[in-house]
Amino acid sequence: MTVTTRPPTGSAPGPTPSRPSLADRLGARLSALPTVAALLIFVGMIIYGEAAYGRIVQFNTLSNLLVNNSHLIILAVGLTFVILTGGIDLSVGAVIAFSSVAGVMLSNAGWHPMAAVLVMVLIGSVLGLISGVLIQYFGVQPFIATLATMFLARGLASMLSTVPERLADDSAIRDLATQLKIIDGEKVNDLVITPGVVAAIVIVVLGFLVLHRTRFGRTVYAIGGSEQSATLMGLPVPATKLGIYVISGTLAGIAAVVYTSRLGSAQNITGIGWELDAIAAVVIGGTLLTGGTGFVLGSVVGALVLGLMNVLITRDGGIRPEMTTIITGGILLVFVILQRVLARRRSETG
Amino acid sequence: MTGAPPIVEMTGISISFPGVKALDAVDFRLFPGEVHTLMGENGAGKSTLIKALTGVYKIDEGQILVAGEERRFGGTADAQAAGIATVYQEVNLCANLSIGENVMLGHEVRGPFGINWKATHRAAAEVLATLGLEQLDLRRPLATLSLAIQQLVAISRAMVTRPKVLILDEPTSSLDANEVANLFTVIRKLRDQGVAILFVTHFLDQVYAISDRITVLRNGGFVGEYPTRELDRTTLISKMIGKDFATLRSLGSERQSHHYEPRGEPLLKAEDLGRKGSSEPTDLELHQGEVLGLAGLLGSGRTELARLLYGADRPDSGTVWLRGRKTDIHTPTAALAHRIAFSSENRRDEGIIRDLSVRENLVLAVQAKRGWFRPLSRKEQDALTRKYLTELNVRPADPERPIKFLSGGNQQKVLLGRWLATEPDLLILDEPTRGIDVGAKAEIQAAVAALAAKGVAVVFISSELEEVVRLSDRIIVMKDHRKLAELENGPHVTAETIVAVIADEGDDEEGDSE
Repeated sequence: MTVTTRPPTGSAPGPTPSRPSLADRLGARLSALPTVAALLIFVGMIIYGEAAYGRIVQFNTLSNLLVNNSHLIILAVGLTFVILTGGIDLSVGAVIAFSSVAGVMLSNAGWHPMAAVLVMVLIGSVLGLISGVLIQYFGVQPFIATLATMFLARGLASMLSTVPERLADDSAIRDLATQLKIIDGEKVNDLVITPGVVAAIVIVVLGFLVLHRTRFGRTVYAIGGSEQSATLMGLPVPATKLGIYVISGTLAGIAAVVYTSRLGSAQNITGIGWELDAIAAVVIGGTLLTGGTGFVLGSVVGALVLGLMNVLITRDGGIRPEMTTIITGGILLVFVILQRVLARRRSETG
Repeated sequence: MTGAPPIVEMTGISISFPGVKALDAVDFRLFPGEVHTLMGENGAGKSTLIKALTGVYKIDEGQILVAGEERRFGGTADAQAAGIATVYQEVNLCANLSIGENVMLGHEVRGPFGINWKATHRAAAEVLATLGLEQLDLRRPLATLSLAIQQLVAISRAMVTRPKVLILDEPTSSLDANEVANLFTVIRKLRDQGVAILFVTHFLDQVYAISDRITVLRNGGFVGEYPTRELDRTTLISKMIGKDFATLRSLGSERQSHHYEPRGEPLLKAEDLGRKGSSEPTDLELHQGEVLGLAGLLGSGRTELARLLYGADRPDSGTVWLRGRKTDIHTPTAALAHRIAFSSENRRDEGIIRDLSVRENLVLAVQAKRGWFRPLSRKEQDALTRKYLTELNVRPADPERPIKFLSGGNQQKVLLGRWLATEPDLLILDEPTRGIDVGAKAEIQAAVAALAAKGVAVVFISSELEEVVRLSDRIIVMKDHRKLAELENGPHVTAETIVAVIADEGDDEEGDSE
């Protein structure tokens, strides 16, 4: 791994008269190291892909990467909030299934597309609220509470329909996946974005601002550091914990809108295992599962690493697609081990 | 004091928990610009009173006035809003965040674009500077600081809201002498700025070094409020323990005169045995057939020393010789194999297993010593149980009754039987008579004396000084996690002697009277 040889100099100095030692500075930045590592791996994958298969560093490949993974990015932002507090949300994949099946059926039943979209998002919020209430006020473990909402949402989706529900061809919801050309390249090599990509970018920026520029966000980090300390410091812990599950659920609802608009149909089995993809993205992006350390931008990189990996496997042609999960697992393992090593180093210096 | 009205006035505060009255009509006053110490043994109600004042517990009766206004606290946030800030014994900060973030958490300076980090860090730097901590780099992770500095950061954090009252709950328990001195400098600085400081500690020397006034609690009740200079150490201790001098003396004179002269090689000899943070390096010797008493206030480190002897905690310094041979005792299993047994002071959690029968509880240690692959036959179990039920007069003498239905005294007798069944050479009894009735107490004391007569070495720990004096051949007096003195028991030794040793120590440096 090239990370360890990276010189720690050249970083922004603190405004203090005393010069902190090199080790201290390195220590201060250790928490960002897994995220930097994820970024380096992403860049490395792009370079390798370009060298080995070609046609990676070009507009349409990169556009597709964003378009095809925007829902995963949105989910990963929501899970970043949850995992930063040391919690987990297993329900997001099932929420997508229920939300998208319900949305498509409402739209086909003649609802105004705006109303259908609003309901899709609100389904996510309500299911997130249920998880949050179970966790905060009934003391249920996040794993168990969100497992329950996962089964609930999956069951509700199946009750609505067990066959693919196709969105009407003239539905305005499909417009959310309209490809807008930003740069018109040669042949099909265009830089395009969709409203879904815009939504993902806006959500990432908002997520970043909320986490780093609001007291709510700081409380999220504090809870991840020590929930007991956060409570004794007088921070609004119950409201914050409730809030993050609502955020995670709501973002799952938005991801459902983005995904459904692109695919044009919905089914009760949509999104099986996506919660795990999102968790993998968050962990690869450098967020510790124990909470307290991590960045939204890291999770975005994590999601893109997973997306790019799929692209490379497809391009290679020699790797059987069935191996995708094994490779995902391998990457995940490498990152978790990297985090363990860093955590041990930090506890030794600290 | 200054004649200013009190900033906090608590009157008639009562709090009950299921089965216990934790606080019973306690009064407490706190004036601006004073350091007020809350004293009492463990369980006296200090923490409960503090938690009432910080809004963690709701009070059942009484009233709390802050700056003359009656307050009802529904939670910690209410108390903070009323100007009461708290720093707890354990540093309650977030190690994953930076110093500056910790100081300002929940009080970040906000601008039109959310938190203004520049202004926030400036505010944090100002607060740290008022406490003389301007050398700290705000962007360093908190985890890189020593515990002592973290404690000061926690105080800085408490001062961000400019509270009128600052509560320090045992802030010095994990600090060394230098660090305590630094902390006191900070406390005096805050006091001179007019902050009312409520200080809780176990360390008597610190009380006299820093506080202006002392409130003493005992068993959840209010004993009194005294200016520090009018209350000498001996009086303070007797108020905490709740026995006046006359009583202490009369109990002392009842002592049996069975003084044992140790001969020959000690059964156990320890040199410099200690563990950082819980027990300072201590020397001790134990002979066969001797009762060694460990005396001291609750929290003075008696249990910690006993746990080191038994291997329940791992010592990080010192050497132990057992029967003249150097021995490492690092686990309870090793201790049992060396015929050392330890009966915990925590009868409920570390002693009995509630749902098992008297017989099952009694044979546990023997079985553990033999190893679980060689189970005791039912006949052996019954024989052992019968033997000890009769010998220790356990009532009811029904081996199959779940132990939870026995009284505390009889549970304690079964526990004693459990360890006696392992036929120990050295038996450590931590508070074997706490919370049991007088009859059972006398029986256990008699059993201890009988054991010693049979040649077993006994370490006897008790908060009841008269009991220690009555039973022990030698007494080790402990304070602040170290051995203060070792007394040969004799007619001249009374409970009062021990109190005097504990009280005197601060006045002359070498309180040792070996």
